[in-house]
Amino acid sequence: MSFIDNFLARWQEYREPGYYKEFDYAWTMTIDLDRCTGCEACVTACQAENNIPIVGERGLAQGREMQWMRIERYWEGEYPDIKLGFIPMLCQHCDAAPCETVCPVSATYHNQDGLNAQVYNRCIGTRSCAVYCPYEVRYFNYNNHHWDAPLDEQLNPDVSVREKGVMEKCTFCIQRIRQAKDTAKDEERRVGDGDVQPACVQTCPAEALVFGDRNDPQSQVSQSMNDPRAYHVLEEVNTAPSVVYLKKVETDAG
Amino acid sequence: MQGEREISYADVNRDVVRSLVETGSKYYITLGISATVTLLCFFFPWFYQLHYGIGAAGMNQPTVWGTYLASFIFWIGLSHSGTLLSCVLHLTNSEWRKAMYRSAEAMTLFSLLVAATMVMVHVGRPWFVHWAVPYPNQMEMWPNFRSPLMFDVMAITTYLTGSSIFIYMGSIPDFAAVRDRTTGWRHHMYVLLSLGWRGTDTEWHRLGWAYTFLAVLIIPLAVSVHSIVSWDFALSVVPALHQTIFAPYFVVGAIYSGTAGIVTVMYFLRKYMNFEHYITKLHFDNLGKLLLVLSLIWTYINAVELFTGWYSETSFEIEALRYKLFGFYAPLYWEMILFCAVAPLLLISKRFRTSFVPMLILSIAINIGMYTERFLIVATSLSRQYLPDSWRVYVPSFVEISILVGSLAMFITLFLIFVKIFPSVSIYEVKETLPEPEPKPQTKAGVPEWQPTR
Repeated sequence: MSFIDNFLARWQEYREPGYYKEFDYAWTMTIDLDRCTGCEACVTACQAENNIPIVGERGLAQGREMQWMRIERYWEGEYPDIKLGFIPMLCQHCDAAPCETVCPVSATYHNQDGLNAQVYNRCIGTRSCAVYCPYEVRYFNYNNHHWDAPLDEQLNPDVSVREKGVMEKCTFCIQRIRQAKDTAKDEERRVGDGDVQPACVQTCPAEALVFGDRNDPQSQVSQSMNDPRAYHVLEEVNTAPSVVYLKKVETDAG
Repeated sequence: MQGEREISYADVNRDVVRSLVETGSKYYITLGISATVTLLCFFFPWFYQLHYGIGAAGMNQPTVWGTYLASFIFWIGLSHSGTLLSCVLHLTNSEWRKAMYRSAEAMTLFSLLVAATMVMVHVGRPWFVHWAVPYPNQMEMWPNFRSPLMFDVMAITTYLTGSSIFIYMGSIPDFAAVRDRTTGWRHHMYVLLSLGWRGTDTEWHRLGWAYTFLAVLIIPLAVSVHSIVSWDFALSVVPALHQTIFAPYFVVGAIYSGTAGIVTVMYFLRKYMNFEHYITKLHFDNLGKLLLVLSLIWTYINAVELFTGWYSETSFEIEALRYKLFGFYAPLYWEMILFCAVAPLLLISKRFRTSFVPMLILSIAINIGMYTERFLIVATSLSRQYLPDSWRVYVPSFVEISILVGSLAMFITLFLIFVKIFPSVSIYEVKETLPEPEPKPQTKAGVPEWQPTR
């Protein structure tokens, strides 16, 4: 029965390609809410790095902000007994991402680095991925955006400018990851810890954000993930996110 | 046939051919108005939207789906009456089906066409929409076979093909009958459409067999189409959408709005195409009973939906429920309950079911309610998802409302063209319900006398 065994093995291989069990790199980010000051430097850095359009006053009023990374603010209590909590929200690069199953044209898929990739050229704009995403981190180009001179001079040449009718979202600065992987390949080694940082991590003044490969147990991010404060946002939805939050510890016991 | 007066075989032919050939100025005026409205309210705003981007519509960050998708579900739902009802009634040998099924099936066809157009309006880059269809291409890219949207494309294409073949096949003997009684360009058109039908026993036998075969094939297809449309929502993890009841909910809703649609169309056919003897109180009575049953099932499913939301005891579901019942869109919700659950209870009275104008008003009210239902499914759930920071209310823009009106006008235009090409009452099936006429006097050669009718 070697034919059947062979067939079953091939079938298994087809059903579960290797990287579904283990990614080449499992890029992960931890966000320490205890350190986050809500300064929004990450938001600005992201905007500059990834050619994210400024939607302007009208777009903002229509609720069409484009911020791949946003700081959600939650107020607790009534003035003057008021507390403010921040939570930076970006694409969680879920390993069981609802957005990937729903795209009819596979414009969003999981790559071998455990990233949730978005192919702008393939997107037909059904916007179903944005509906399926429980974190609301997918942003749609409701119209063509343009950069007034001289702002167009500062567009990042490594990142495409998206046209109307296309969905976009955080890529974990895939252009930087690609570059780091290329360099590492030339030097015939793996990408080391700290070789690559997305724009938001690089910018965070409080060092609340840590980025790295969780396949490497020695990396800073793996150690940070083991913190007892670690949790996933909306864990009950079972999306297996790659972004880990470290809970804020309440110090004022009064 | 329970007409006010006896109708004969010849009357049927005459009346139906008359409906095709004699065209009054009223018809042209209506056609002109609806075509103009289609152009002005549907195509112009759509071209503007193609140029500007989906931003022409009122959608925003959490509510990325809006009235376009609601219209899509609505039109798919409306399509469910016709062919499905016609098939079920054909298999159960219901005599009363015969006068109404042709126009009901046409409704299916045209609402499916409008629904397909709504998909094009809905997506961000409609010029690439063919990527959702599996076809061999030089990019070696296939659609995502896990995607409910891709199932949708397949299901709707199959349903559209199936119901077009069904309506066409059922019309072949009628095309032949009309062919023999028309002249000029119409004659040539019906010669082509009737595919050389002669009315031999073999032909009738094959038609009957194929027709029943298609009817059996289409019923599961119709049920699956709307189940699949519901999976677009139910397979997500959005609170209030992620529910197992959604497939039956959508199917029942679809048949419900479709049956109401048939009542509306039948009223106008009866009134303006002079089919008083064919479409009678009996039809309205039976459709009324059907509507009543469907409204009760629909109400039950709505109650179940609320109950499961409440019973889940998760804060997201409870919030979605609270928002639906008492939030921003609550007036629309209660309007829906009034039109679709409370008002149809009037159908218990036979006097109501057999009076034409109240039935027309009720059927339109039901469809308004059902459109609201589809809008609410999209709007209430998407504007209240998990993260409170991204909660935002969605209000349709002027372009969206205009396209909604335009799509209705497009449906009416298509239907008006249909009634002049297809015999909108089935000639041969109506004859089956009539008493057989006296045999005609035979000539010497044993051939019935034939008189040209030109």
